[in-house]
Amino acid sequence: MVNEEIVYHGRIKVPYSWSVGEYGSRFFYELKENKKIWATKCPKCKKVFTPPRKTCPDCFVPIGEWVEVGPNGTLITFTIVRYSAQIHPIPPPFAIGIIQLDRAETGLVHLIGGVEVEGIRSGMRVKPAFKEDRGGSLLDISYFEPVE
Amino acid sequence: MERVAIIGVGQTKYERNKKGETFADLVFEVVTKALDDAGIAIEDIDNVVTVSNDFWDGRTISSMAVTDACGSYGKSVSTVEGDGTFGALYGLMRLLSGSFRSTLVVSHCKGSEGSNHFITNAIFNPIYERIIGLDSISSSALQARRYTEKYGITEEQCALVSVKNHKNALNNPFAQIAMDISAEDVMNSRMLSEPIKLFDSSPISDGACAIILADERMAKRVATSPVWVKGIGHSADAYNLGDRDLAEPAALIRAAQKAYNMAGIKEPYKEIDVAEIYDAFTYQELLWSEGLGFCERGKGGKLIESGETTMGGKLPINPSGGVLSAHPVLVAGLARIAEITIQLREEGNGRQVDGAKTGLAHGINGACGQAHCVWVLEN
Ligand SMILES: [Zn+2]
Repeated sequence: MVNEEIVYHGRIKVPYSWSVGEYGSRFFYELKENKKIWATKCPKCKKVFTPPRKTCPDCFVPIGEWVEVGPNGTLITFTIVRYSAQIHPIPPPFAIGIIQLDRAETGLVHLIGGVEVEGIRSGMRVKPAFKEDRGGSLLDISYFEPVE
Repeated sequence: MERVAIIGVGQTKYERNKKGETFADLVFEVVTKALDDAGIAIEDIDNVVTVSNDFWDGRTISSMAVTDACGSYGKSVSTVEGDGTFGALYGLMRLLSGSFRSTLVVSHCKGSEGSNHFITNAIFNPIYERIIGLDSISSSALQARRYTEKYGITEEQCALVSVKNHKNALNNPFAQIAMDISAEDVMNSRMLSEPIKLFDSSPISDGACAIILADERMAKRVATSPVWVKGIGHSADAYNLGDRDLAEPAALIRAAQKAYNMAGIKEPYKEIDVAEIYDAFTYQELLWSEGLGFCERGKGGKLIESGETTMGGKLPINPSGGVLSAHPVLVAGLARIAEITIQLREEGNGRQVDGAKTGLAHGINGACGQAHCVWVLEN
């Protein structure tokens, strides 16, 4: 036996191009062009979903109705990330939260900013901070920040 | 249900970095141990379920890369990508089909060889949640805060789980992180993602686990102390984090109820003697204890404070040290089943729960316990 431990370093890079779908396209178009957040509403249970859903997971029926939600919402929960990782959109410390937009009944995961991280509280009212240059992605909103 | 028994288990020691061993080495080790434990040979196995994940292994159809090591040439072999409890569930169902007498379930993972942040970030929807930078730690932190704030669970109550489980691990030769620490040590450990700190978190681990299931005839023929499957239940919740109230373990409540109904259990806290549950983070042991009906909703903090879940208490939880003490992803749930099997055979040595007759093993799949699988076992 030898004592040397030989390690092979692989580096897998696999590009993907994910379609956001018909409803996702409308959602991101509205974000990009009109700075508005749209959701869909189940015809049966009336639940309002954001991000928009094409089918209701509870009723298992197609959803056709669109409703505008937010732009303000309530912070349901949050975390302040203190470690570094390449997956992060911005360097730590930064906050991630789940926001329930007004009139929506599901939460949206997004960054919480525009405030010292120590000042963030659950239940806080927040509003989106839109970027000037928008390309049609969730990060067209830089973060949600406290409503004064 | 036809009676099915666990007749053999095998585990590696769980370690941070098993540089000297490949996946296949780990699989061969635990399969050999489980066969020896059962007192049978590979020829006696007619069905094999491998459990692995392509992202963790860094290869597609990773399950097929261990066929040599698990002795599955010429046998019926199929695959589960998910926690080991779900692999065992599939193995159980294959056995109950009546087509097989015995089933080997084997799971492996080398967390040290990939990147936890990249791999667990890839759990999430790339368009709506992955882009925000979520991974296993930050998503669990969202759940930890939601749960602890909704029900007034304290930081110290969470810390007590870490104290208990890391201490239990001192008596488990397979555990990776075993230590005698105080609640203050946990609360003063490095903050990762508020409110989760380093000692609230499970480690990155390498290891493998195998179990052998057999039908009643084979179990009675070969096993001196078979451990019988009395009940099983599984259930899933919504994929999007924002679709769930993360403080409510709805899927676990449903899974547990199914398993208890099948096993004829009415008062789990009284009737179950020992439990191994998936505590990837400290708050999870409390939240899952509630979902499993060991206490009322919101009383998980009081349960750990009561001391009844420590060794010598009414219902010791995680005598092995739990997932906090070793977290080979996918393997961890199977290791919970292996530990309960050891307990019900009264082979727990320094960590034996005296007179354990009925045990519970629990596994989770997906972010923040999206799906749960509950096993009730009896000697
Ligand atoms: Zn509906």
